[in-house]
Amino acid sequence: MSKNIEAKDLNIYYGSFRAVEGVNMSIKKKTVTALIGPSGCGKSTFLRSINRMHEVIAGAYVEGKLELDGQDLYGAGMDPVIVRRQIGMVFQRPNPFPTMSIYDNVIAGMKLNNKRASRKEFDETVERSLRGANLWNEVKDRLDKPGSGLSGGQQQRLCIARAIAVQPDVLLMDEPCSALDPISTLAIEDLINELKNDYTIVIVTHNMQQAARVSDYTGFFNIEGTGKPGKLVEMDETKTIFSQPTQKATEDYVSGRFG
Amino acid sequence: MSTGTERTDTVTQGPELDLPASPDLLPKAKGTLPKGTAWGVFVASALVVGGILAATGFSIGLWVVLTVVLFAVATYVLSRVVEGARKATDRLVTVVVSAAFGVAMIPLVSVLWTVVSNGIARFDAQFFTYSMRGVVGEGGGAYHAILGTLIITGLAAAMSIPIGMLTAVYLVEYGKGRLAKAITFFVDVMTGIPSIVAGLFAYALFALIVGPGVRMGFAGAVALTVLMIPIVVRSTEEMLKIVPNELREASYALGVPKWKTILKIVIPTTAGGIATGITLAIARVIGETAPLLIAVGITTGVNLNPFDDRMATLPVFAYYSYVAPGIPREPFLDRAWTAALVLMVIVMLLNIIARIISRAFAPKTR
Ligand SMILES: Nc1ncnc2c1ncn2[C@@H]1O[C@H](COP(=O)(O)OP(=O)(O)OP(=O)(O)O)[C@@H](O)[C@H]1O
Ligand SMILES: [Mg+2]
Repeated sequence: MSKNIEAKDLNIYYGSFRAVEGVNMSIKKKTVTALIGPSGCGKSTFLRSINRMHEVIAGAYVEGKLELDGQDLYGAGMDPVIVRRQIGMVFQRPNPFPTMSIYDNVIAGMKLNNKRASRKEFDETVERSLRGANLWNEVKDRLDKPGSGLSGGQQQRLCIARAIAVQPDVLLMDEPCSALDPISTLAIEDLINELKNDYTIVIVTHNMQQAARVSDYTGFFNIEGTGKPGKLVEMDETKTIFSQPTQKATEDYVSGRFG
Repeated sequence: MSTGTERTDTVTQGPELDLPASPDLLPKAKGTLPKGTAWGVFVASALVVGGILAATGFSIGLWVVLTVVLFAVATYVLSRVVEGARKATDRLVTVVVSAAFGVAMIPLVSVLWTVVSNGIARFDAQFFTYSMRGVVGEGGGAYHAILGTLIITGLAAAMSIPIGMLTAVYLVEYGKGRLAKAITFFVDVMTGIPSIVAGLFAYALFALIVGPGVRMGFAGAVALTVLMIPIVVRSTEEMLKIVPNELREASYALGVPKWKTILKIVIPTTAGGIATGITLAIARVIGETAPLLIAVGITTGVNLNPFDDRMATLPVFAYYSYVAPGIPREPFLDRAWTAALVLMVIVMLLNIIARIISRAFAPKTR
């Protein structure tokens, strides 16, 4: 479990529009990497290209190399479905499956991928994942109730449980706290701290404090103007980025002098 | 009416926003009409109109229409004077909307009433257990026609539901470019096909295959399928479209292949709506007469084999009982009405089933 990610000269397109250009980034296993930058600079686009969710959009494609422990994710014969099983994703808005109970939501990944397991194994997976997502105590008495009946923060943690239930190597999170209250946010930040013992985590956030609190490394994306591609300006240890970045743009952004 | 005490009361009922706002106070509403005024005005209008009409010559239709008109005018004027322009408009619109609703209900209720009152006479056990074989006058029933309708509609549903649903899935989940546009266009065109054309098509098709003069239940089922597919496609398409994209992405992100995402996530999420649409599509074609008249014909006895010879169906049964009654006429006309009533009951049952299904499948939150 837990693998390194290496992006080499990655260009990401929506049709003819080049949204992200020339990203070189290496993400070490069992670390938390935060991606920050102004709106529209391509953070989500880059994140979604890591687990090949980018190409779900019509006309979208990627150039360059993206390696997971040396294995080219965009190599010939690589099945995006297999890639996504190894690289889980948590979205900005909680999206539990509305027809399923809490229990079924957690094991949805296993069930839908035909993993044969006994009731006992499923029970164990559900408990392990929900405990891992810090949700077990709140829902253990109503596992058969619909997942959409939970609060927003609980739903988001349910989605995290669903993502880690399939035991991926990497967990991608796109602004996972932006729809949540401060307490749920804190719960999820604590959770991220625990999860990094087992997973490689990449998180997109607009919240500087959050990036500073949870991440080991921070990458700053920027965009020169509308219609121009976003670029990775600088990436380093989080404390370096926030205290003595090498680029002026990074310093302006993290100190709030941006625009 | 606007005394000082009333003014303080009405502040809680909401500010009159179109009055100029004073800097420190919410603007006060003018007076309000006491509760029950509407009914009072209505009764008064009815009496006034009734009185005038009694003098000039009474007619119930005119009475109702004029009462509503006078009521609308009187309410507006009264409210305008007492409550102000906004409330008056509100009341006027309420009256107009309610009147429109009433007008829409007239044909509905009247059809229902006519069919029930005429059809109830023969709505008996014999009607459901006897065919028309050897019946010349009273008695007999539509056992053969009920079964025929169920068989033909069932076949049509069995053919059009899979085709229609898969087409919709293609259009929403896979289709892009020319082919999808062409399919959408033809589905739209098919929606508007007159049912007689569908009947002629099915007849011509089977005349080619089997020989001229062919009549069989299956040909009727094909005609109904032509009518039903576009309805199923349209309703399923609408339902699939409202499934949020986030759910599809959540499923893809778990490494679930696309076809399985559609089958296990997208369709279950909206199963209630799809089932409702399908049931309504069935209800829509079950009463079709013209295509069955051409492709299936009618018979007096029970024929349960849709691939051989004529079959009886409820709409055609009703049609022939009406246009070609025997002597005496009355039993035939009674049976025609009862056949219509049975059709309506079936459609009603289908609607109830649709409701139950959509409730059963609706995503729950607790
Ligand atoms: N589905 C799409 N089709 C075409 N262009 C898109 C699509 N999604 C995003 N883009 C474009 O790609 C660029 C990067 O968008 P992206 O969503 O990655 O930004 P972001 O950094 O995540 O912004 P935010 O912080 O607001 O989420 C933007 O110019 C955007 O307009
Ligand atoms: Mg984004």
